[in-house]
Order: sequence, then structure tokens, then C-alpha cells
Amino acid sequence: MWCPMGWFPSPPVVIGSDPGAQGYVPRSDECGAAPMGCAQPVGGRMVDEVIQEFLLETRENLDLLDNELVCMEEVGADKDLLDGVFRSVHTIKGTCGFLELTRMERVSHVGEGLLSKLRDGQLEVSTEVVDGLLAMGDALREMLDACEQTGTDGDKDYADLVERLAALRDGGAPAAAETAGTDEVVSEGDAYGRGIALLFGEATEEPVSPAPEALSSPVESESASEAEPSPPSGTTKKADNIRVDVALLDKLMNLVGELVLARNQVLQVADGLGQDSAFAATSQRLNHITMELQEGVMKTRMQPINNIWGKFPRMVRHLASICGKNVRIEMEGQETELDRTILEAIKDPLTHIIRNSVDHGIESPEERGRLGKSPDGLLRLRAYHESGQVNMEIVDDGRGIDVRRVRDKAIENGLISAEEATRLGERELMQLVFSPGFSTAAQVTNVSGRGVGMDVVKTHIERVGGTVDIQSEPGIGTTLRIKIPLTLAIIPTLIVSSGAQRFAVPQVSLVELVSLDGPSAIGQIEHIHGAPVYRLRGNLLPLVYLNDVLGLKGQTSRQRVQEASLAGEGLTINLVVLQAYEQQFGLVVDEILDTAEIVVKPLGALLKEMSAYSGATILGDGRVALILDVLGIAHASHVLAEHRSPNRPADEDTSAGEGEVTQLLLVGCGGERRVAISLENISRLEEFDAADFEEVGRGDRVIQYRGSILPIMDLALELGLPHTPLEPHVPISVLVYQQDGHHVGIAVDEIVDVVEENLVLHRRRGGGGVLLGSAVIGGLVTDVVDMERLVAQSSTDLYQSHIAELA
Amino acid sequence: MHSSDQFCTFRVDDLYLGIAVTQVQEVLRYQEMTPVPKAPGAVHGLINLRGQIVPAIDLRTCLGLVARAEDAPSMNVVIRMEEGCCSLLVDAIGDVVDVAAESFETPPQNLNAAARGLIRGVYKLDDSLLLILDVEATLALDLVLA
Repeated sequence: MWCPMGWFPSPPVVIGSDPGAQGYVPRSDECGAAPMGCAQPVGGRMVDEVIQEFLLETRENLDLLDNELVCMEEVGADKDLLDGVFRSVHTIKGTCGFLELTRMERVSHVGEGLLSKLRDGQLEVSTEVVDGLLAMGDALREMLDACEQTGTDGDKDYADLVERLAALRDGGAPAAAETAGTDEVVSEGDAYGRGIALLFGEATEEPVSPAPEALSSPVESESASEAEPSPPSGTTKKADNIRVDVALLDKLMNLVGELVLARNQVLQVADGLGQDSAFAATSQRLNHITMELQEGVMKTRMQPINNIWGKFPRMVRHLASICGKNVRIEMEGQETELDRTILEAIKDPLTHIIRNSVDHGIESPEERGRLGKSPDGLLRLRAYHESGQVNMEIVDDGRGIDVRRVRDKAIENGLISAEEATRLGERELMQLVFSPGFSTAAQVTNVSGRGVGMDVVKTHIERVGGTVDIQSEPGIGTTLRIKIPLTLAIIPTLIVSSGAQRFAVPQVSLVELVSLDGPSAIGQIEHIHGAPVYRLRGNLLPLVYLNDVLGLKGQTSRQRVQEASLAGEGLTINLVVLQAYEQQFGLVVDEILDTAEIVVKPLGALLKEMSAYSGATILGDGRVALILDVLGIAHASHVLAEHRSPNRPADEDTSAGEGEVTQLLLVGCGGERRVAISLENISRLEEFDAADFEEVGRGDRVIQYRGSILPIMDLALELGLPHTPLEPHVPISVLVYQQDGHHVGIAVDEIVDVVEENLVLHRRRGGGGVLLGSAVIGGLVTDVVDMERLVAQSSTDLYQSHIAELA
Repeated sequence: MHSSDQFCTFRVDDLYLGIAVTQVQEVLRYQEMTPVPKAPGAVHGLINLRGQIVPAIDLRTCLGLVARAEDAPSMNVVIRMEEGCCSLLVDAIGDVVDVAAESFETPPQNLNAAARGLIRGVYKLDDSLLLILDVEATLALDLVLA
């Protein structure tokens, strides 16, 4: 017995009165309510499978149809395009007929007729025509959904739509007889058609539509050769692909994950047995095979981003028409592949971003005309792979976002204070649009709401380990950049140890490793306002002690490091430099062990709230290790400056203001006063105990420092400001200033901050003395000290320094 | 309550406890655990259960009892839940017992406050009292104990 799924080894079932029929003839009068049109079901499961196959294929065809129609509207009556669209609808119609989905067949039949006219050039491709055909697609989708639920094509009567399409069809030529349908034979390149042709020999499908089609007998003897030559592309496309259940792929992925773990364990055993053992060779083979298998399976989960992008042209067209705008969409890199789960996760955020662009970003044609822009807005989507991540850009040439309005709105909504706002750079201000409770859209529209939801967009993207960034220029446009990791399940990591426990650090966040050795190692850690930092090639890197974050008893906790420092012990300090958003920081760990590719296992409901860990894994020796969550640790250690990133290199300043950009050290001095000193000649920031100061000469204070004698100068005293006597056992902040081989320690009240400023100096009329002038820093008038002058004029005698220079 | 119930029994300190067999996936001897720093107090660590990572909850902590001695290993009662598995750390594993529904009573008064919240009731057996553990409550409580 033949069924669309293939031949079955059961005896042919003869139904109906046609003695010549090989098998089964679908006759509407017999089939009645049976949804499949099979009077005798081959088996419940078989029926289901056919319907599933039908739903899947038709939905795909309808999606394709959407894009082809939108393309057609833009490009005009292109022969190939029209052929393609016609074939899609024709296939759908045929299949519906075979499955007795009469309403669907009726709708698609009328659409098909319309397309036939278009294809023959008897009708123009107009907006109404495209709208009508799109509506047909939607109606068919609705009926497909009904079919999925109930097995029939639903109760809705699409008479209006049929009329509309018929009117469009008949509009351009004398009313064609609806007999057009009878000439078609369902035997195009689709499986059903061919099967039926085989089945009936020369019989034709019986159009079941009740429309006044002249149809004499159920079985006509039109020869199958009347069929249109089936385009070879229709079949060959299917032959290269295979449909696989997604659950099966997930299962394969899990199994490969287990295999990776087992492979890790095997490698560990092999290591123990030595390089030459037979086992070592076999385990290497296993290693290679596993790697390739892993790659292959990961590829099966990869889908081109076009799977989501494909829906956008139609969506943009629809949105644009609602908003009364013209928007063109261009896509580059549609074949860029992403893991399935990530694709699912970013679908909604992308949709939202595009809605925002069309609704709020791109201006109306009139406004664009006034601004001298082209009347059509342009939305460009771009995707590409780079260093293990997928980069996506969404660019519009609309009105852009005015960063000043962002700032004002943020202040208005209480997100930041006015004072904080002045200290933010443009980029940081722009990122405020991602804060919850933010909005700059003037009106609520029902397309994208009030333009809110950018915080939701950010959350969704971050949930899959991605980042999103926004840049805009008022009047020019807006660019959103999204970066997402390629896969989540198996990741390369660095294994570190702290407190006798091993942890995995994802390499995607890893920037570099720094090892500080020897007795001077500890000395290289400086403190600003109590927070430990390390100067890495000129940039100040905030430090986080893993032992302290997790409460472990390891050798490199902050306390332990300080103890070692005071005792003059040597301690190796391992810094893992990590990247959290725009900020880098150094994670201090006891030991750096090895790199390893691990399978990420979720922590489970009980522990998923823990911000320090993003999962767990099983290491080569079978023990469990926690995976550190870099962002979580950064947040918990307050390393992510909300507003300031002390990590910015000095040349990133975008505004070309007057004055130069200098790094200044802001210190508190003489009580309330603030004074700024150029960071240039300051080699160290130290904290001393006044009890360690010794007196020499005529009351000069010095301290033994790193093998040399460091004279101490009291800044307040030197500047003639009120100064408090230095008390023992209270830590005193001292700046170690160096010049021409001389060092001097400058005692201040407190170290406030390091700032980067366009230094605009206002010089005093009477000459500044030791002051270079005053400048507005952080909103306050601050004196800028000329350290050279100060030191030169000071009565403090300087010693020739033996202090070793730091590299 | 059904006419006859089966319970998986075990001992924690001097308490004799039971959980319905349908909730128990398996029982294991001592398993090496990886501690989770900063986790809620009752989470003793994570176990590798045939490739699956399962948290181990120390029942002594949940029930407000004194901690186990250093050299006394714990046994694992692995509970099956919707979202995955979880292991309860106990001192010793007992038999699977059948109890008659009629012998079910409310918990006795001489339990400490923490334990009383986690015991659904008791079955009076010939020579002992079987306390029935409320698994959901035990795991919910755990999240609060930070």
C-alpha cells in the first residue's frame, strides 16, 4: 500500500468502484470528515507523521514565500522570483488537496491563479497584490495551526480573502474562468505529487474546491505529461539535507560532553603511565577522535543566523507601513552560524532593537527630506565571526540618540545624580539607555511601547554570555553591537587553585597571566584609597584576592600578603588578568595550574543564585570543580566602577579640548583642601606608620625604605596650609616622588583619586609660587602643584637615592 | 495516606528517619565532595554522580544537630526531584520498611525547633519511632540558611 511516506508491504486496499485503480482514490464523497482523506488509515502513527511532515514543509514554504514576496515588491516582476513564488503556492495547493484541506486549497488556488497572471505578465506587481498575497500566506498559516490542533483546516471561512484575491486576479484581465485550476496536475517536484501520479497512473487529482470549476469526473484521463517540467532544484535541495529531531541532537550533544569528560580522565591515566606505553598511543587516538566528534556535533547545533533574520524583511515592511515610514533592510553575513540555543535567546532582543529603530529611530520621509537624507531609511544588519565570538551590528541611519538627552533623562529618572553625570564619559552616558526604568521616547506607540525594554534586551543577551554596546550620533544614526560566544556547552578554561581547591576560569574572559616573583613582588602592589592595585604597563589594574572573595584559607589572601610584606618574605603572586565588560582586573590566586577544555554543567536549582560561580565541571581525575563567574566576582568586589574606569589608557579621550590630557593624582591636604599633582613623577603610593619615621639633621623626618633612606615632606606644611601633626600607628599616605635620581616622600592627608583631565590651567596673576595654577577638577577648583618647584624650594635635604627602579 | 507505605530509612545522630521510597533514587556510601565556598551552610559540597553534579546537603545541619565527627564518614541518600537530584548526608543507612498507615502520628514534642519543622509525622514501630522527613521543606529551608 502506498502512502506518502513510502511503500508498505501490506496488500493493496481497493476502495471505490474503479477497478483499474492501483490503490486508493481520494474521493471527497467517500472521505467525509476524515481529515487525512484516507478512508482506511494505515495506522494512526502514519497519519500523524504525514501531517507533521506536511506542517513542517508548508510552514517552511510559507516563510520562503514571505521573503520572496517582499523581495518581489522591491525588485519588481522578476521572472525567476515569480516562478519561485508560483511554485511554492502551487505545491501548497496540491498538498492541501491531497490531504482534503479544502479551505486551504481554496485559498491557495485563488492565490495561485493570481500568481499565474503575474507570471504571464498579465498583471502588475503592486503593493495591493503583494499585500493580498501576504494575507494569503497568513491565512494559510492560521489554517496550518488549526490543522495541527484539530486535524482539519479549521472553521474559519476565508470568503473575504478569496474574494479579495479573486478581485486582484481578475482586475487586470477579462474575468478568467476558474477552470484554471483544472489544468494543473499535482505532480510538480514534490513527493506527494509524484507519488500520486504514480498511484493514479494517468489520473488527475480531483479539485475539491466547491467554486464553480468545471470538473466533469473525479478521475480524468489527462496525462501526467501535462505537468510542468519539475525544476530539478526542488528535489536536489531536499536530497542534501536530512531532518533530524532536535531532541536527538541535544542527546548527542550530551553524550559527546560525557565523552569529553571520559577522554579527560583517560588522558590523565595515560599521563601517569608514561609517554611510551601502548596505552598512551591509544589514548592519543581517542583524544583526536573525540575532538573531531565534538566539533562535528557542535556543528549540528549550529544554524545560520538567517533563521531569525529571515523574518525581518517582512516585519520591517509591516512596521514601516504602520509607522508611515519607508525602511529598507540590508543584511550581511546571513550564513554566520550560531548555536541553536543562543539563536533562540537573541531572537526577541533583536526583534526589539529593530522595532525601536523603525519606530523611534528612523524619521518619516518628510522629515528625512527636510534633513537632506534619502526618503528611505536604511537598516543594516551585519554578522561575522571573530576570535571565538559572533559579532552582530545593527545600524540605522535615523535620528540617532542625543547623549545629552540621555543624561538629562537619567538624572530626571533618578538613575544618577547631576554631579555623577558630569564625571561620566560619553560612552558611559550612552550605556545608561540600558538601565531599567529608562526611556527617551516622546510618546508611547503600540509598535515598541515607550522605547523601553533596552534593559531587557541587555539582560537577555548577557544571559547567554554576550555583551551589547550602543553608539550613536545625533542626526546620523545609531549602531548597536552585540558580541556572543559561539557555544556554551564545552569551553576552554584555565584551572587555578586557591585555598587547596581548584577552580576553572573561562578563557573567554582571560586577558593575560602575570606572575610576581621574589622579595620585591609584594612591593609592587600599591594601594589607592585602601584598594589594592597593580601597575600593568602604565595602567592601574584593580586587584581581587580570590581567597578573600570566597573566604578561603589560601596563601594569597590580602592579609597574608600584607603579613609577608611586613615580614620581608618572598611570595609568588599570581595574577589572572580578566576582562569584565570594559574593565580589566587582576584576580590573585595561589597557583596557576593548567588549561583544560571542560563541559559546563549547571549548578542546579539550589545553588544557581550564587554570583561567584557560573557552573561546575568534572575534571580529569573525576573531582568536581567550580567554574568562576568573572562578572559575578567583579560585581561582588566592586571592581566594576559604575561610572569610572581607571583603566582607560590616556589616549582614549575623544574630545579635543584645550589643554592636554594628564593623569593627575588628587590628594587631600591641609584639612579640607584638595590638591592635584601630576602622576608623571610619582613612582609609588605608599602607606607608612608615623612611628617608623626617624629624625635626622635639624628635625627632618626620614624613613628607611627599600634599602635606602627616604626623606619625608609634609605637603600641607610646604604649601602653608594648616597641617595636623603625624600620629603614630595611623597609616599615612605618602607619595614617593622621584626626580633625577632623587626620591622624596610627600606626606598627604589622603589619596582621593586618580583622574584624567584636559588640564586647563588658570594661572594666578602674581605668579604661582609652587603652584602651577588652578583647574576645575571634578567640579571643584583645585590647585595644581608644581612638584619640581616644591621639591627644589623645600628645605628638606634629599639623599642620593639607592632605591631600585621598578620595571 | 495509603494503606501501607514503604520508607527508606536512615540514621542521623540518634534520630531514626525515613523518606518515601518513591522519592529516593539511590543510596550510596561516602562520596568525595567538593566544597562550595560561600554556599548556604547546609550545602556540604558537590558530588560527581556518574557524570552528573549533585549537591550534598548535610542533614545534621538542617536538623540543628551537632556536626559529624571528623573521622565519621557520611552516607548519601540521593533524592530525585523535578529539577534534578540532590543528596542528603546521613550517618547510616537502614532498611526499607513497610509501615501500616494507622500507626501514623503527629511529631513528638521532644524534637528541637529546627527538626520539628522538617518532620511530617512519625510511625510507631515495634521497638522504635520512625520520623518521616519532609523533603521539600528540608530543601527549601536550606536556601534560607546562608
